[in-house]
Amino acid sequence: MTDIKAEIDVLPGLDPHAPLLEVNNLHVEFRTQYGVARAVNGANFRLAPGETLAILGESGCGKSVTAQAIMGILDSPPGFVTQGEVKYRGTDLLKLPENQRRKMRANHIAMIFQDALSALNPVFTVGYQLGELFRKHRGMSRADAKKRSIELLDQVKIPAAKARIGDYPHQFSGGMRQRVMIAMALALDPEVLIADEPTTALDVTVQAQIMGLLAELQQQRNMGLILITHDMGVVADVADRISVMYAGKVVEEAGVYDIYSRPAHPYAKALLESIPRLDMKGQQLNVIRGLPPALTAIPQGCAFNPRCAYAQDVCRQDPPPPPYAVAPGRTARCHFWRDVIGE
Amino acid sequence: MTDRNDVVLETKGLVKHFPITQGILFKTKVGAVRAVDGVDMTLRRGETLGVVGESGCGKSTLPKLLVGLEKPTAGSINVRGQDMTKLKGSALRHARRNIQMVLQDPYTSLNPRMTVGDIIGEPFEIHPEVTPRKGRAKAVQDLLDTVGLNPEHVNRYPHQFSGGQRQRIGIARALALKPEIIVCDEPVSALDVSIQAQVINLLEGLQNEFGLSYIFIAHDLSVVRHISDRVSVMYLGRVVETGNDAQIYENPTHPYTQALLSAVPVPDPRLRGQRDQIVLEGDVPSPANPPSGCRFRTRCWKAQSICAEQDPVLSIRERSDHPSACHFAEPRDVVHAV
Ligand SMILES: Nc1ncnc2c1ncn2[C@@H]1O[C@H](COP(=O)(O)OP(=O)(O)OP(=O)(O)O)[C@@H](O)[C@H]1O
Ligand SMILES: Nc1ncnc2c1ncn2[C@@H]1O[C@H](COP(=O)(O)OP(=O)(O)OP(=O)(O)O)[C@@H](O)[C@H]1O
Ligand code: SF4
Ligand code: SF4
Ligand SMILES: [Mg+2]
Ligand SMILES: [Mg+2]
Repeated sequence: MTDIKAEIDVLPGLDPHAPLLEVNNLHVEFRTQYGVARAVNGANFRLAPGETLAILGESGCGKSVTAQAIMGILDSPPGFVTQGEVKYRGTDLLKLPENQRRKMRANHIAMIFQDALSALNPVFTVGYQLGELFRKHRGMSRADAKKRSIELLDQVKIPAAKARIGDYPHQFSGGMRQRVMIAMALALDPEVLIADEPTTALDVTVQAQIMGLLAELQQQRNMGLILITHDMGVVADVADRISVMYAGKVVEEAGVYDIYSRPAHPYAKALLESIPRLDMKGQQLNVIRGLPPALTAIPQGCAFNPRCAYAQDVCRQDPPPPPYAVAPGRTARCHFWRDVIGE
Repeated sequence: MTDRNDVVLETKGLVKHFPITQGILFKTKVGAVRAVDGVDMTLRRGETLGVVGESGCGKSTLPKLLVGLEKPTAGSINVRGQDMTKLKGSALRHARRNIQMVLQDPYTSLNPRMTVGDIIGEPFEIHPEVTPRKGRAKAVQDLLDTVGLNPEHVNRYPHQFSGGQRQRIGIARALALKPEIIVCDEPVSALDVSIQAQVINLLEGLQNEFGLSYIFIAHDLSVVRHISDRVSVMYLGRVVETGNDAQIYENPTHPYTQALLSAVPVPDPRLRGQRDQIVLEGDVPSPANPPSGCRFRTRCWKAQSICAEQDPVLSIRERSDHPSACHFAEPRDVVHAV
């Protein structure tokens, strides 16, 4: 049997010294009957092996669409990538033909979703779905695939993996299903794992188990992890760096310690001040007035300007603020980042 | 204890079992889901009682019993000295005015075919004695204003509002009959963080203005800490620990409370790895078949043989200055850096 992974590794242009994953100026729009919704408007970030990058933002800001564009699983039409690059080891995935891209996706970049039940096939046993991956992509025999599947379920800490391999997805609890999905994503040893709200639907005690498991597996495999979430507690616990998104743009990208102690973008700052903390009582919660904009009518200039306490006339005019370099590896799309960070 | 007159609501031994049946034509009862299984709680005037616990522990069944959407299997619900479970007819209708509910999902809890004015004014149709017909339009507009919505929007439909605004509509409706008690079931869970703070601040403002008492049910322990004066922690249909803010968050004594708090991440990377960590094994057992003795014993790292034999009652103990349902209750700080 041919080893597809080896075949991919010699794809022309794949440079082992290039950054693991790099997203440059990504634009995605949805062309719907109600108009063009500009869901992603210039997202930039990069990811190194073993690093955890959190993409943080509120509902509808474009987190999942960004992940779908990276994976090449955008709902298209109506969704289209209109600009930008998604470079894996120096190769722009957006320019690859579909068949190569599919192999790339299977072998190098994997994704897990919020809702494990809908991502797993209800009519096949968990063992069959896992084994299928090994048979199809690794050319393993039935017996080897089964052995490997049990090992993997053991690794994600499914109790009595050997006995449960014949069970169907609905026979597992929510947390266990999430483990099965993690096992499936890791089956082909990806270098990059994108986790889209992997614990949002789970109880905190289960969330802690799953996040602990992800961190452990990531360390063992030196994987790059993109964690999509709106939970600032989870981010503070696990991320190395954060990209804060607002209306389809990364408005601040920074190391986790920097952004929590001295945010440079007014939106990031306001978000941090608006959440109650477990270890404090009697905080004043800061309210961000108004609502995020409709993506069919994003305000001129800085998209955050109607809600921003720092806004000046220049903020209401195009061009929108570029990603200003705040420090090496740190950017903020705010004309007045110096004032924000200075306080 | 505080003045008895201060107590607006008190439950004693509240139980709700949902029968599990088998068969299609002739249903036979083969068991019961013990959703709420002996809950005592007290709510005082102007106070917020937080109720926390994991999915399926009975948090949503409790408010349904309190507002009369479900009939309790056993126990009493005293509101201002009257047992709601014994009242009938107009006396019951009248008593129910005093306790209203705000639901979690602002997307499905409002009738999409009714205007906002009709939704907020509907309680007046059911309780016409509260506001005379002539004054209702004005009353609805005042309510919209109270919750921070534009009174001119009375004729709009729910889909024309954002999630946070819909939650305000739900709150306005709950306020219509001027209740003393509002039970909120996960009122901010479906909202974005920037909108959550708006609704929390609104609820706090209304409480100060009208002297309301809240039962605030949520799974987010940080939000509950922020808004509550006292907190009850539920596990498998029972309250396992109850106390004021400092007792629950600074000195929790029940292992389940400790595990729950320890799992909540704090939005401060400097605390990473600095807190006492408890990782629970396994899942919550089925409420149809809870473990004997202490219900938490299948996941508890402190369990001894007595825990399987004797059901620990919720009471003040040698090493717990507030009620805790654990034979070995003792404080452990899992919230701060150690
Ligand atoms: N298939 C689609 N057709 C039309 N619009 C879409 C489609 N998928 C996403 N969008 C729009 O793109 C925008 C960004 O959506 P996205 O799912 O990325 O948000 P998100 O940040 O992941 O939010 P959430 O936290 O709610 O998951 C949304 O406004 C959404 O309505
Ligand atoms: N009408 C019903 N018939 C049968 N069982 C029910 C019914 N309503 C609730 N239950 C069961 O009672 C238990 C408690 O449910 P409840 O909705 O009160 O939990 P909860 O704590 O609100 O959970 P969540 O956090 O998921 O909202 C669950 O096991 C649930 O499946
Ligand atoms: S550019 Fe202006 S409106 Fe935008 S975040 Fe900065 S100060 Fe606020
Ligand atoms: S009574 Fe026993 S099993 Fe229950 S919480 Fe206490 S130590 Fe654990
Ligand atoms: Mg999403
Ligand atoms: Mg509930």
